[in-house]
Amino acid sequence: MGNRPVSKINVDTKQDKKRNMKLKEIIEKLNLTVICANDQFENEVSGGYCSDLLSDVMGNATEGQIWITIQVHKNIIAVASLKELSAIVIVKGLEPGEDTIETAKKENIVLLSSNETAFDLAGKLYGLIN
Amino acid sequence: MLNLEFVIEGGDFTKAGQASSEVKQILKQINIPPAHIKRIAVAMYEAEVNVVAHAYKGKMSVFIDPSKVYLKIEDEGPGIPNIEQAMQEGFSTATEAVRQMGFGAGMGLPNMKKNVDEMQVTSEVGKGTIVELTTYIT
Repeated sequence: MGNRPVSKINVDTKQDKKRNMKLKEIIEKLNLTVICANDQFENEVSGGYCSDLLSDVMGNATEGQIWITIQVHKNIIAVASLKELSAIVIVKGLEPGEDTIETAKKENIVLLSSNETAFDLAGKLYGLIN
Repeated sequence: MLNLEFVIEGGDFTKAGQASSEVKQILKQINIPPAHIKRIAVAMYEAEVNVVAHAYKGKMSVFIDPSKVYLKIEDEGPGIPNIEQAMQEGFSTATEAVRQMGFGAGMGLPNMKKNVDEMQVTSEVGKGTIVELTTYIT
């Protein structure tokens, strides 16, 4: 006894599974600025979609995703609301107008921003949840 | 049978999506299955935006009965000279200003087609367009 080498590894069984993260974790890990939000921080994020064409988002994004875009006008709120997206992240430090923020508050849509480019942010988000 | 009507103002992007949002709320309230609502929302939003982007004014009528949701979007506008061409993904006559907002990608009509069971487009150049969208509730 005692002569046999013993090796022990903790196998992470969750490794290959897609992680469902809460919105607040994503905001924290990606260092996002909250422009407006209500009580959605505990909501689970199902994934992400990156596009600046509104019809593309309408046609292809799915419920619970985070939408990454450079669009800042108020029509993005209607799209996020109709598609029940978990949040909009405006990238490159672009600032939405007052009317966009007002509409987001009224429609209860989470509006976030980041100084990074869509490519960099999408890459980091993908790494977090996949 | 429920019958509702909404006015859509041409050119007014500040209100684009408002009619669709109201209809979506109603569909939820009367317990239309969520999977159907999701698809109807895409189709009616595209139809509404088309009126805003291309026409002078329009209206959206909604007819709901236990077996189907029928939407009729009619406008007074330039009409569509070639509907087949307009149905092609990527084809658009939207102005540069509209495109810069992320509209006018030529995906509107194809998005409608993909998300309803039946679609009919009737148009008269110089007069206007009627889009009819039917979703069967099964």
